[in-house]
Amino acid sequence: MQPVNPQLTRRRFIKGVIASGAVAGTTSLWYAANGQSRPAGAVERMIRLNVNGQDRTVDVAPQETLASTLRYKLGLTGTKLGCNRGECGACTVLVDDVPTYGCSVLTHSMKDGRIETVEGLEAPDGTLHPVQQGFVDALGPQCGYCTPGQVMAAVGLLRANPNPTRQEARMGMAGNICRCGSYDSYLDGVMRAAEIG
Amino acid sequence: MAYMHIGKDFVPPDVTGKVTGRIKYAEDYTREGMVYARLLTSPIPHARVLEIDAAEALAMDGVYGILTADEVYPDGEPQSTGLKILTNHPTLVGEPILALAAVDEKTAETAIAAINVTFERLPFVLDPLDSLREGGPNAFVDGNTFGRQGFTEAKWSSDQVASFRAGNAPAEDAPTTGPIPTFAYGDLEAGFAAAADGFVYEGSFTTAGYPHHSMEPRSAMAYWEDGKLYLHGTSQSLTALANDMAGIIGVAKEDLVFINAATGGGFGQRARAGSIPSMAIPAKMSQKLNRPVMMRITREEEFTIGGARQGFQGWIKVGFRPDGVMSACDIFVVSDNGGKGGGADAFSAADCISILYQTEAVRFRGASVATNTAHRGAQRGPGQNQIAPIISPIMDAAADALGMSRLDIRVVNSAQTGDVGGPQRQPLTSAYMPEALQQAANDFDWEGRQSRRRQRNGSKVTGLGIGQGYHNAGRSGMDGIVMMGADGRLKIHNGVGNLGTYSYASTSRAAAEALKMPWESCDIITGRTDYHLPITSPQDGSNSIFTNTRTCYGAAMDMLAKMKEIAAQGLGGEPADYDISDERVHRIADGGIGMSYAEVAQRAMELGGKFTGEAELPEELAEWTQIAASRLAGTGFMGIYHDPAHSNNPPGFTVTCTEIELDLETGKYEILDMVSIGECGTVMHPQGLKNQLVGGAVWGIGLSALERHLYDPQNGLPASTGYWQSKVPTYLDTPARIETGWVDLPDPENPVGARGIGEPTQGSVSAALTAAISDALDGHIFGAAPITTDMIINHVAGTQEDAVALAQNNFRG
Ligand code: FES
Ligand code: FES
Repeated sequence: MQPVNPQLTRRRFIKGVIASGAVAGTTSLWYAANGQSRPAGAVERMIRLNVNGQDRTVDVAPQETLASTLRYKLGLTGTKLGCNRGECGACTVLVDDVPTYGCSVLTHSMKDGRIETVEGLEAPDGTLHPVQQGFVDALGPQCGYCTPGQVMAAVGLLRANPNPTRQEARMGMAGNICRCGSYDSYLDGVMRAAEIG
Repeated sequence: MAYMHIGKDFVPPDVTGKVTGRIKYAEDYTREGMVYARLLTSPIPHARVLEIDAAEALAMDGVYGILTADEVYPDGEPQSTGLKILTNHPTLVGEPILALAAVDEKTAETAIAAINVTFERLPFVLDPLDSLREGGPNAFVDGNTFGRQGFTEAKWSSDQVASFRAGNAPAEDAPTTGPIPTFAYGDLEAGFAAAADGFVYEGSFTTAGYPHHSMEPRSAMAYWEDGKLYLHGTSQSLTALANDMAGIIGVAKEDLVFINAATGGGFGQRARAGSIPSMAIPAKMSQKLNRPVMMRITREEEFTIGGARQGFQGWIKVGFRPDGVMSACDIFVVSDNGGKGGGADAFSAADCISILYQTEAVRFRGASVATNTAHRGAQRGPGQNQIAPIISPIMDAAADALGMSRLDIRVVNSAQTGDVGGPQRQPLTSAYMPEALQQAANDFDWEGRQSRRRQRNGSKVTGLGIGQGYHNAGRSGMDGIVMMGADGRLKIHNGVGNLGTYSYASTSRAAAEALKMPWESCDIITGRTDYHLPITSPQDGSNSIFTNTRTCYGAAMDMLAKMKEIAAQGLGGEPADYDISDERVHRIADGGIGMSYAEVAQRAMELGGKFTGEAELPEELAEWTQIAASRLAGTGFMGIYHDPAHSNNPPGFTVTCTEIELDLETGKYEILDMVSIGECGTVMHPQGLKNQLVGGAVWGIGLSALERHLYDPQNGLPASTGYWQSKVPTYLDTPARIETGWVDLPDPENPVGARGIGEPTQGSVSAALTAAISDALDGHIFGAAPITTDMIINHVAGTQEDAVALAQNNFRG
């Protein structure tokens, strides 16, 4: 079984935030992570990110999380925040093909990464990505709030393992909670995506 | 019956938006000049605010203003246990005291940290039995329970509480309290006498409270424009919620535009405005500051104000005659009403026993008591689902004692068409529980698996469980509107919320069915109230399918009658001489004589009057629908309908079978197989039904195994404020495959035969799983939900788990 992202841990994230000078109390951390404050910092603020194949230059606060940058600076609101503290997976994006909790990595640590969000999956002609189509066919989403995260986790899984067994798919998707309990239908969708992919 | 749409899968129009991330939830919106509100919440479980000093905060750069309870309630806070927008009398940790708006959230948080609030600490209580004891603390200044007389104190003697805690029957004269504190029918004494030669079980039980934890926090954004309030929020029913939210905010219904294309999970707490008054904060702040205001809610805040299930501490005595019939049930439940909200869960639990098991005599007594813990209210099967895992192992014990199969004892006690239930002995609209039991048993190979029952494999042992779930699944009294323009497309105006059940779409298909309309020629009009949507029932309690197919179908039938009238006027003959097919109204005798729907709609608009909603509207329409209809009047061909009350109880039933392998050394178990069968009348949308069955199964696993509130007893601080501490089941806690099926027999009180299903599937899974755990442990009855691994290990080790005193909001086992 592969952990969701062995390189990126919550501890590393917190250490990063502390190093960047933000207050490390839990609540303050949450808001600091939204990146709207403008404290002085040694880190260069204007950085270039590669998001969905495009280089985007963006003003990023030192303690800002990737999910916040995507949602509030780049307008990519497909990436959701369910907990903003590494518990749910709603914020999952791909960084260099690895499913990553966008709420739990600092944007500044992503400068060299290739970031993919749910908005980058459709073909230019509007054809859905096989995972998206698989989820539509299986009616994977219920409320849909966890869906972009589930989609990205599935895309990451299928890149690493294009023909998973249902059990492998279950393991690969295990970092994403669905409060509606649509796991069975999402797994149907992943298996369908592997078929049509 | 052969249907065009009913019972067929389709792609709901919002699914693509969900898989692409394009569909917008409240927090995804932004608006020029938008500022951000943050909350100052109570850090202590029960207090009175004596003074607020916000001078320093208000002087900070980037701070726009604050909003307090005094401003929100200039005439004083309402006297009730309901959640308030803001309060000076917090009764739970995390209750909002004031809101502050600033240029961004960090500035708002920094400013809030500079506000000095002087609190007077008040006594608090976490366990309803502690409050019930004479001299025990009350969750509110004026008492520990709320009813028609306002706040009152419910107290038992110390001896009564101690005896109840020890698991004994409550005294005959134990005081009761709550919304529906007692009911009784049948001859209880005779019932237990008849069980003397059969089987009688008596014991205590607890069920835990736990949070909703909908994935989307209840964030909201508001702005005012030209005297209208635009509120981006979250709900289970756009119109039911907006109708009441207007009153909470203090804006005229016609001036509120509620925008809610998608809701990230409901489960009961987003059905009614009273459960989610926090959405009024950005609305009122925006009014005060004359700027758009966004208020994002955190997971931790969602935990405290987001609503939770009531916990039970109870005692039950159940008697079975030698033939297995449940002849009597006596039940007493002390329920935890939390620091805000509450409900009649305990009543619903007893009502469920009466209906699901067709019990010959039932006595229910209850005491609903407030504690200074999270807000309580409707949550997937409130009451029905708490009691399901308690009663199922008792059924099994009775079957074993009476030498019956565990399937047979359920068949003997099952509800069928013509049966009645509950204290009013209300008839069921229809019921096919024997069929559901048999189908589940067949699909699961219940008989074939019996040889594996309690088989050992090293430290592992196999357990088999079967369980049933019930919830009332339908209301009436709501309204429907359909429109058609000169293009001949059918526009179904639907106020049902889009919270993941897809019932906003599947109920709309009843209108398409009535008009034999291809689905491609239909548009569902929903997502914001200025699209003029009729009133709906709050989409809770499994009622949407039954309730809103009646309204959609009714509105379409009104349009159909008008179509025939227009055709007869134009083409001769009587309306009865006409029928419809292929989007045409035509003579029955000669299909060549007719008009296309587009032509009929064009003619309707020329005729006006009742055909366009400008006259002869149904008198009973709700005020909300009248506003919607008046704005649509004259804009197209209108079908409109008020659904009269129906009298009987439409039930939703489910049956689940499961096999588990329980490790006696670790207390962990794996669910090897699970089959759930729905009994909900005619199936509207198979994929949607499957999702309700598997989603409810995940909730059932959470109820039986994982989810619970925990509080620090010294300071009353919540310890389970996230997904992890009150653990929501994950992919790995649930089976890799949950098999589903349905009975699919029609209900006579619904025009397309359908009833709802959302709630009971959690109950049957929880019942089956608890029964399987009990089975693996040689029939041991824990009398608890959840059953944690600690409890299992303690039991296996011979620790006297049953001797643990009943307690709420704390560890057990
Ligand atoms: S929002 Fe990132 S894990 Fe929950
Ligand atoms: S679909 Fe609602 S949380 Fe997953």
